[in-house]
Amino acid sequence: MTDRVVNAVVGSASRGVPMSALARYGVWVVAAAVLAVLPFVFGSGLALTVMSLMGIAVIFSLSYNILLGQTGLLSFGHAVYYGFGGYLAVHAMKAIVANGLPVPLPVIPLVGGLAGLFFAALFGWVSTKRSGTAFAMISLGLAELIGSSALILRGFFGGEEGITADRTKLLRILDWSFGPQVQVYYLIAVWCLLCAILMYAVTRTPLGRMCNAVRDNPERVQFVGYDPRMVRFLAFCLSGLFAGVAGALAAINFEIANSALFGAVQSGTVLLATFMGGAGFFFGPVLGAVLVVYLQLMLSDLTGIWQLYFGLLFIAMVMFAPSGLAGLIMMHRPLWRARALHRMVPAYFVALVPLLVMLAGAALMIEMFHHLMVKAVEGPAMKFMYIPLHANAVGPWLVGLLMAGGGFLLFHRSFRVVAAAWNRTGVADAAGGRP
Amino acid sequence: MNAPAIELRGVRKSFGATEVIRGVDLAVAAGERHAVIGPNGAGKSTLFNLVSGLLAPSSGSILLKGDDVTGLPPQLINRRGLSRSFQVTNIFHRMSVWENVRCGLLWAGGQRYSFWRSVDNLSEINARTERVLADFNLLERRDVAAGVLTYAEQRALEIAITIAGGADVILLDEPTAGMSRHETDRAVELIRRISEGRTLIIVEHDMSVVFGLADRISVLVYGEIVASGTPQEIRNSARVKEAYLGQEAH
Repeated sequence: MTDRVVNAVVGSASRGVPMSALARYGVWVVAAAVLAVLPFVFGSGLALTVMSLMGIAVIFSLSYNILLGQTGLLSFGHAVYYGFGGYLAVHAMKAIVANGLPVPLPVIPLVGGLAGLFFAALFGWVSTKRSGTAFAMISLGLAELIGSSALILRGFFGGEEGITADRTKLLRILDWSFGPQVQVYYLIAVWCLLCAILMYAVTRTPLGRMCNAVRDNPERVQFVGYDPRMVRFLAFCLSGLFAGVAGALAAINFEIANSALFGAVQSGTVLLATFMGGAGFFFGPVLGAVLVVYLQLMLSDLTGIWQLYFGLLFIAMVMFAPSGLAGLIMMHRPLWRARALHRMVPAYFVALVPLLVMLAGAALMIEMFHHLMVKAVEGPAMKFMYIPLHANAVGPWLVGLLMAGGGFLLFHRSFRVVAAAWNRTGVADAAGGRP
Repeated sequence: MNAPAIELRGVRKSFGATEVIRGVDLAVAAGERHAVIGPNGAGKSTLFNLVSGLLAPSSGSILLKGDDVTGLPPQLINRRGLSRSFQVTNIFHRMSVWENVRCGLLWAGGQRYSFWRSVDNLSEINARTERVLADFNLLERRDVAAGVLTYAEQRALEIAITIAGGADVILLDEPTAGMSRHETDRAVELIRRISEGRTLIIVEHDMSVVFGLADRISVLVYGEIVASGTPQEIRNSARVKEAYLGQEAH
């Protein structure tokens, strides 16, 4: 089965035969159409803000995956290039406004990209001499260094409060002021699409292919004429370039650049997003970025301990679906091709119900525990999913225990149903089932 | 007279206090099929690592087609037309068979580090990839990830990557190790075909492979070449028999 799945995974992308124009560009045309239409579907201020942040996160995560997924470099400091992109963008906007230069806002991300590229070339020249753990440690050290410098060197970084710029004061084209969020959304959407296309294109070049080769086996790369260090360095530069664009868009979106842009949280989030989306697939980080931004904004509205759930989700992904969301999706491609996907629906439904019951039970107990520990002064009365209850009563705890325990047992038993359904499709054999 | 394809002059290599290669002089003429044999631990793989640039010699010099390549990194030696395979299969596991072979000829095809050309449009390189795959009977497996090939297929892929770039000096490190008789016969046939018009240096334990393939044979024992000659000469050499039977030389 592995054989078939892997075959399906590496399949079409690796064929030497040029694809038809529709197959090659169709997906981008669809993506452009979706991006253009989205504000008409989700027009609220909140939705526009969320979608803008998603667009930025998509660029940032895709740039990170040039390192992680494509070249096999684990970086803990990718926010450095994002941050420099943001700072240089704000400095550029300020300089343009101050001198009345005829430069419109939409080109500012290019400044951020060049800043990211410059600093990636500077720091990458040192850090890409190594790979593996040494590279990861250097990236961590550099991120800490830059993060602290941002607070100390006030002239350039603006200290705690950072530096601000007014995005509406630049040269206007077609009377777009970029004051309204929807205009910023479109600016981000265009750059997001452009960057995604360019980053995908790079994977289909000789350098992009050799990045994969360095990831798989740097020693062998030397014996086909390539210097793995140079491959890593060039990948690092490209990655920095696109991270810089993302940082500049973030600065435009918030009209501020501060030391948080360089933060460990920023570097960590992009790693989580890329991993959860699936580093092994080009579109994985897109899914991951969208998911993580959504969870960060929506989950934090629902509960005060959203980071806990976020962390648990990450652990669950690492343990049960290490190839990420994209991996789960691609696992189903053979079924899709055999037009057998619908036959999995009943089995997945059988598994999904106890899973949700289990999660609800666990969440109930976590929330009651959190309430008792942290909000003791408010008394035991609380609400869980709009249901009022007392956190110190036995009843809710029993219900939580029963749901979590019973849900787990039933969920565990449903694996067999899923595996059997997978077998019946006849596409791939037993090992399939749930990831 | 043309310079030898490979020439080693007084090459020594020590790891700490242990001298593994103890003064090797060897010349392999262009177009020759040369086998290096010897007992386990004689330093055969170390010798390959020195010639291909994975290791730098402690002293002595190595010449490739008359040019000094001593101490150059592997990629620079490879760019001068030397390519090698490995004893332990050394391929790009997560990439497809097709990608593996294509990686072997991107640099040789003049692509360098370009990130502005689509690989799908490199018709010459893709055509050559296809030819190599066909030569190695791997065309049907072209879209399979290299990591899930059978052992024999991986060994074949290993050699396919090695020769794909069109290097004129080929080093094969135990290409038939772990193969069945039948697979070995096919591999020998393949090696004979691909080494046509090139210089081949091969490390091999299987004596039928060595005597069937090599024009000349060198015997390496404890880091020294104790004999070098035609298969006939080596077969009759008393020193070789001693080395292999483990007797005292005198």
